[in-house]
Amino acid sequence: MKIRLDQVVKTFDTFRAVHGVSLEIESGQLVALLGPSGSGKTTILRMVAGLEYADGGHIYFGDQDATDIPVRDRGVGFVFQHYALFPHMTVAENIAFGMKVSKTRRSKTEIATRVLELLRLVRLEGLGDRFPGQISGGQRQRVALARALAVDPKVLLLDEPFGALDANVRRDLRRWLREIHDELGITTLFVTHDQEEALDLADQVVILNEGKIVQEGTPADVCRHPGSAFVMQFLGDVNKFPGVARDGFVFVGETATGIASTEDGPVDVLVRPRDVVWQKNGGGIPVDIERFLHRPDGLSVVGTTKDGVRVEFEIPEKAEPDLSRGAGISLRNAQVFRRGV
Amino acid sequence: MTPTRRKPPRVGDGPIIRRVLIGTTLFFGAILVLAPLIVIAVEAFSQGLKAYGATIAHPDTRHAIFMTVATALIAVPINTAFGLAAAWAITKFDFWGRRALLVVIEIPFSISPIVAGVAYLFVYGLQGLFGPMLEAADIKILFALPGIVLASMFVTAPFVARELIPLMQAQGRDLEEAATSLGASGWRTFFSVTLPNVKWALLYGVVLCNARVMGEFGAVSVVSGNIRGQTNTLPLHIELLYHDYQAAGAFAAASILATLAVVTIIAKVALERRGAGRRPAFAAAAKEQNAGTRP
Repeated sequence: MKIRLDQVVKTFDTFRAVHGVSLEIESGQLVALLGPSGSGKTTILRMVAGLEYADGGHIYFGDQDATDIPVRDRGVGFVFQHYALFPHMTVAENIAFGMKVSKTRRSKTEIATRVLELLRLVRLEGLGDRFPGQISGGQRQRVALARALAVDPKVLLLDEPFGALDANVRRDLRRWLREIHDELGITTLFVTHDQEEALDLADQVVILNEGKIVQEGTPADVCRHPGSAFVMQFLGDVNKFPGVARDGFVFVGETATGIASTEDGPVDVLVRPRDVVWQKNGGGIPVDIERFLHRPDGLSVVGTTKDGVRVEFEIPEKAEPDLSRGAGISLRNAQVFRRGV
Repeated sequence: MTPTRRKPPRVGDGPIIRRVLIGTTLFFGAILVLAPLIVIAVEAFSQGLKAYGATIAHPDTRHAIFMTVATALIAVPINTAFGLAAAWAITKFDFWGRRALLVVIEIPFSISPIVAGVAYLFVYGLQGLFGPMLEAADIKILFALPGIVLASMFVTAPFVARELIPLMQAQGRDLEEAATSLGASGWRTFFSVTLPNVKWALLYGVVLCNARVMGEFGAVSVVSGNIRGQTNTLPLHIELLYHDYQAAGAFAAASILATLAVVTIIAKVALERRGAGRRPAFAAAAKEQNAGTRP
C-alpha cells in the first residue's frame, strides 16, 4: 500500500510539531523517519496510524483519503516503543487479540493456527503460554510485532522499535526485521533517532528537523550528498571549520584548502574525522595538539586550530608521533555549506 | 579462627532507635486504635447477652441497619461508576477543564461533611433552590433515603477516582492505543484491557468507599432529620441511643458498625492476598516493559 502525506500539519497547544510535511512512500518499501527528539517524527507516525489527527493536510493510503479514518478502521499495525503488550494476557492471547476483536469473524481454530504461524514467524515457538512479564525485552518486541501483523495490516508502523533494547539485541533484531519485511513485503514506516539504525535498515531515509523534512533519499544519497550542515552533523561525527570562499576557493584561516567554490562568502567546511589527513611534516591547517587518545585501531587526536576551533580525528599510528616539527591537517571529501543556510 | 568482626550498623539500625520506634508505634496503635475497639466490645456486652440481643432486635436498630445497608447498596455502585468514568476521562483524554475536574473531585475530601449536609439542605430544602418544585411534585429528598444517599455520595465521591487516577496515569495510554489500533471498540478496550489492569485498585477504592458510606455521620445527620425508626442510619442511631443514656445499647449498635468495618477491612486484606499472586508480577512486568533492557 502506497502512503502519501500532503502538507500535513500538527500543532500541540501553541507548539507546532509538524509544519506542512509532504512525503510519498512507495508500496512495499521500508522507510525510516530519522531526526532528533522534538523533530516531529513520532507525531508524523502517529498521524499516519490515526492515533493523532492532522490539523491540516491529507494522508492517503493508496488512492483513499485516510485522513479522517479512525485508527480502529485504518488497518495499520502499530508497534509501540515500550511494546504495550497486555500484561494480563499470555503471549498467545496478546497475538490473538486483534483477530478476536476484529469485525471479520474467525473461528477459534483459525485464530489458534494463525497464532502458531506468527509465533513461528517471530521465532517464539513454545512461548505462547508465557506472560509478557516472563520474557525478555527482545522477545516482547517480537511479540508486539507478531500482534501487529496478526490483523494483516496494510501498513506497518514502528515507533522507536529498538529504543529500549541494549546494543547487541538491537543489532540482531534490526537484521531480523529487515528479513521479515522482505518476506512479507508490507509497506513499513519506522521512527528512530539512531542514524546507524536508519542507514542499516531502511530503503529510504527521511531526515526531519523542527517539524520539517530536511532531506530524503536512499542511505547512499543522504550519506554521500548531505543537503545541509544539519544533515551532515546528524548522520555522524564531523569537524566543522568556519571558513571563507574567495576567488573560487575555500580558505580556512589563512590556509587554502584547495576546495573549489562557485560562490564567494562565509562558509562552513564539514569533514568526517577519518577524512582529516594528518600532515606529519607540518603544512596544511596548523593545529595545536592537546591529547592523543588510544583506540584499538590507532590514535584519536584532539586539538584546536589557530582560530580556536576544536578538531578530532583519527590516525592509524599506534605510537604517539613526534610533534617537534609542528602539526597540521589537510581535508578531503569536505562538504562546504554557506553559513547560515 | 578469625574473630567475627561486628559489621557497622546500617543507618537507623541502632538497637535503641529500633526499640523506641517499635515501642512507640505499638503503644499508640494500642491506645488509639485497639483500645476503643475492645471497649466497644466489652461495653456492648456489659449488661449481658440478653440486653445486647434486645438492642439489636429492637425495630429501630434493625431499621437503622437497613437504612445503612440500603444507602451503601445505592451509593457505592453509583460512586464506583462515577469514579471509573472520572478516572478514565482524566487520564485517557485531553479536554478543556481536565485539571479543574481533578480539583473538583478532591473537594469532598477537604470540605467538612457537615458543610455538605447544610449545602444539600439549602439546595433541596423547603426554603431551598429546588425545594418548592420538589414539594409540588411530591418528591421527598430531604429527611428521606434519597437525601441520605446524596449526602453519602457527595462525601465519598473521590474514593474510587482517587485510587484509580495515579495508577491509570502511570499506565499511560499505550495499552488502550494498542487495543484500538488492533481494531477493538471503546467498550471492548475498556473491558478487556483497561479494567483488568486496574481491578485491584478499583476493588480497594470500592472497599474504602463502602466503609465511609456506612460510617458517615456529619452530612447524613443534617439531611436525614434524625427520625428514629425512619431516617436514622446506624451512626445516627448510635448517637441517639447514647444521648438517651442507653450506653449499653449505643455500644451494642456501635459493635455492629464496627463489625461491618472490620469485615470490610478483612475483605480488603483478602482481596490483596488473592491479588498478591498476580499483582506484583504485573507491576514487575509493567516496570520491565518500560525499562525493557533485558536481551
